[in-house]
Amino acid sequence: MSTPTRSPSGAPSHLTGPGGGRVGDDAARPDGVLKVRGEFAYGSDLWMDDMLWGVTLRSPHPYARIRSVDVGPALAVPGVHAVLTSDDVPGSKTYGLELADQPVLAVDVVRYQGEPVALVAADHPETARRAAARIAVDYEVWEPVTDAREALGHPHWNRVHETEAPVTELSRESAHLHPEGNLVRHVKVRKGDPDATADVVVVGEYEVGMQDQAFLGPESGLAVPAEDGGVELYVATQWLHVDQRQICAALGMPPERVRLTLAGVGGAFGGREDLSMHVHACLLALHTGRPVKMSYNREESFFGHVHRHPATMRYEHGATRDGDLVYVRAQIYLDGGAYASSTPAVVGNAGTMGIGPYVVPNVHVDCYGAYTNNPPCGAMRGFGSVQTAFAYEAQMDALAAELGMDPVELRCRNAMEQGSPTPTGQVVDSPAPVAELLRRLQAMPLPPSPATGADADLRDMPGGVSNTTHGEGVRRGVGYAVAYKNVAFSEGFDDHSTARVRLEVVGGEPTVTVHTAAAEVGQGLVTVEQQIARTELGVDRVVVAPKDTAVGSAGSTSASRQTYVTGGAVKAACEAVRARVLERAAALTGWPVGDLRLFDGAVVAEGLQLPLAEVLGDDAVEETLEWRHRPTEALDPETGQGFAHVQYAFAAHRAVVDVDTELGLLKVVEMACTQDVGKAINPQAVVGQIQGGTAQGLGLAVMEEVLVRDGRVRNPSFTDYLIPTVLDMPPMRIEVLEYADPHAPYGLRGVGEAPNISSGPAVLAAIRQATGLPLTRVPVRPEHITRT
Amino acid sequence: MEFLQPTTWEEAVETKAAHPDAVPIAGGTDVMVAVNFGRLRPARLLDLTRVPDLQQWDTEDGVVRLGAGVPYARVIGELGDRLPGLAMAARTIGSPQIRNRGTVGGNLATASPAGDAHPALLAADAEVEVASVRGTRRIPVADFYTGVKRSALADDELVAAVRITPPSGPQQYSKIGTRNAMVIAVAAFGLALHPDRRAVGTGIGSAAPTPRRAPAAEEFLAGELDGLWDSRAELPPATAARFGELVAGAAAPIDDVRGTARYRVHALSVMARRTLTWAWAEYRKGETRCA
Repeated sequence: MSTPTRSPSGAPSHLTGPGGGRVGDDAARPDGVLKVRGEFAYGSDLWMDDMLWGVTLRSPHPYARIRSVDVGPALAVPGVHAVLTSDDVPGSKTYGLELADQPVLAVDVVRYQGEPVALVAADHPETARRAAARIAVDYEVWEPVTDAREALGHPHWNRVHETEAPVTELSRESAHLHPEGNLVRHVKVRKGDPDATADVVVVGEYEVGMQDQAFLGPESGLAVPAEDGGVELYVATQWLHVDQRQICAALGMPPERVRLTLAGVGGAFGGREDLSMHVHACLLALHTGRPVKMSYNREESFFGHVHRHPATMRYEHGATRDGDLVYVRAQIYLDGGAYASSTPAVVGNAGTMGIGPYVVPNVHVDCYGAYTNNPPCGAMRGFGSVQTAFAYEAQMDALAAELGMDPVELRCRNAMEQGSPTPTGQVVDSPAPVAELLRRLQAMPLPPSPATGADADLRDMPGGVSNTTHGEGVRRGVGYAVAYKNVAFSEGFDDHSTARVRLEVVGGEPTVTVHTAAAEVGQGLVTVEQQIARTELGVDRVVVAPKDTAVGSAGSTSASRQTYVTGGAVKAACEAVRARVLERAAALTGWPVGDLRLFDGAVVAEGLQLPLAEVLGDDAVEETLEWRHRPTEALDPETGQGFAHVQYAFAAHRAVVDVDTELGLLKVVEMACTQDVGKAINPQAVVGQIQGGTAQGLGLAVMEEVLVRDGRVRNPSFTDYLIPTVLDMPPMRIEVLEYADPHAPYGLRGVGEAPNISSGPAVLAAIRQATGLPLTRVPVRPEHITRT
Repeated sequence: MEFLQPTTWEEAVETKAAHPDAVPIAGGTDVMVAVNFGRLRPARLLDLTRVPDLQQWDTEDGVVRLGAGVPYARVIGELGDRLPGLAMAARTIGSPQIRNRGTVGGNLATASPAGDAHPALLAADAEVEVASVRGTRRIPVADFYTGVKRSALADDELVAAVRITPPSGPQQYSKIGTRNAMVIAVAAFGLALHPDRRAVGTGIGSAAPTPRRAPAAEEFLAGELDGLWDSRAELPPATAARFGELVAGAAAPIDDVRGTARYRVHALSVMARRTLTWAWAEYRKGETRCA
């Protein structure tokens, strides 16, 4: 592995912890002080003195043929060093996480507004932008396909894709593309009697709008040409090795010449799983022989990453008079937009998990992912489960109303528990305390009503400081929802992580260095890595090396999987290091190795305390291990049956919402959450995940939507794409349960996604209770409540 | 880009005369957003933050003269008692950081129909004081707005101040946004009761091409209150409701990304009714300070 001749400023450095904190402790983050002081370098802070700035020319049209591109006027701008189009892509012209269907730069056709068409590198970003504006692209504008069902209903005309995309190594086994149409994937789940009937039936149709990840640090990176003809890329991303594989294909280079280092990541939430500026910056750097920085602004960021799939769903629930679920039938349509991204896997999740954590003997689900000319949609926290939870939980409330039952009672009556069968024929083989989560919520005290009239504090009112009510028109609702989410990659994917752990004595102090490629995106994995190393090796000083491709893949920072999988890898590597150290100590002391353990920087046993410095001397003990969770298997393509998911995470929410029924404005008064996390590796970080996931779910419920009309995004800014503020997101009551999963390291469960799934449906349930309205579309807008 | 930094008001006005294309910048909460989004690439920026006169407010013959560069945070902190309607509007604006930077003068110069200060200024019958090398003139605020983001300001003129008579009666301000802070108005309404003149002032925001008054509603309510100013009797609910309808009737909103026209009309009727109810309740308590 060669190293770059020089590092940019803003490149990551080794993180050394504040010290202390083992598994189960509220350990402080090693990057916490830097972040709070504003000293942490994010991708947008990368800098080299001789670097150029790259910008992207994007299509203004959602669907058009490119008749011609004239880069001449742009090249003529002083200060411009390169203008590139798809002709300049030396390797594969297309890339993709699961299906390589997305052009690096548009080839003949653009399929969504914002699709990259050309690149410019110049010595100043403004020069590059002005030059890009001078590239003359002649478009023949076509009518876009903007409705997922229409796209599927007319598969033989107006096709978004003409040819079959090559299936990449990353494809989930069961992801099948229909080359003759706009179907990305169709998952069928068939269980029991397809024609089952029931005493009580409720039918509902639901729609979920397009949510954005709204991470605060826009896409940024710096590509540096290397002496060996390769390239070093510093980039804010979620999975270095999947990026590397796609970049190598596009550049036509072997992996050893495309080396990635994780730059500071300002949030991800799935939005950095796909490539953005990665290949573009590398192309420009290799073409110019200069470092090239690309950093999107907020508006470009809205076009530069995938969003959460909008969904239209039809559900039919049948139950006995006593409230036992008899059947669920569902049709789920997910709009994947112009390119596949992770649509096949999202369809897999929505299809297999789409009826919620309930035991249902007869299930018939069809889940479709479609190509359209809308913005590409892919991974976002909750990944297919968020959309369906709005539908299945609304259905449970509707069914409870029809039965005259308490909604929590109905849920508990049908709740999954350990040993329950899932719709895909799995048996839940670890604790599944769904009913307990709900009962604990129900037992929590309800918040008091706020003062009204002259004594009203506007911050407690719907509308907040905008002074729209002093209590007039306000009604309170309480709603419950529960969620489950598969943790880690499913459906037979070889889901592994790699950890390199070294133990040595540095300056007299035992020091562990943990090196993985697992992306730290703000969730706190770097802290978890330190905690595990401290716990397993009894050494306080743990250094986290920069995340890069000099070590093997850690898999994606997504699917709530890193603490489980990379945590598992670090634990395993530590155990291997420990075994070697104890063998050395045994050889030195003559003690049986089985009596020895590592504690507080020493090898100890009853009556023995041997400092590690004496065991190791100048040697380092290093182990690199690949670690896997137990394998899963593909779904049967006709029945959707199979051991597809390795673990489930469970969370439940209670929302208390005050609604100004006359103005349609809201005040979420309190969110309460119960979640089983198996084992809280870092309880403070767990609570942070629950709060953040809850806020993001609340946002989708009441305000967050990328508004798309005729394939065009209407609100690509934080002026008009609204995310919750401190006056929208209330204080929380949180109870964390720790029922160990015997299959997982320390018994832990992935945490990050489950609270994102149940929070929004709970808010919707509360608003429905307050207003008596069905409210079948999210986000709920004031117009829906006032029916104006 | 040329960055012009006058340090006196005379210099500022002369600079603007010499460079009519120079874009004035005070708090930058509008200008910098446009620059950052690539929508504005002015040849010249005219920085007004170093002009001391603009940062002042004082009282002349009972009228508050608010310098164009006084940020919203100071309107709230220093003028909450004298200019309650404007202070209420200021509280709805952005975040603390934005309120520390943004100014009433900037709101006027941008003249967005969604500018939060406008309904309060309209209801209070404010006057805009504008200046150029040709001299100073005062424009009634209702005549200041001439179109979407267009105003009566000439190319060589700058907003110097806004002049507002402190109220003889209660004022209210209400704004709709789809979140509870840091939001651009979907619709806004300002109300001022003027018992000294037996008059009513209104201002509508985000529901027409320009901020505007609701004259029919003002006349109606002034008529209804004719016998009530002295008795301070209860306001019939039907009067408040009718007032709301008339305010809504004065709007000419559109459907856009922030809300539908129908909702804006509806919301205005509710805001007008509620703010009137609050203002009248306050008036009945007789707590109102006389100017």
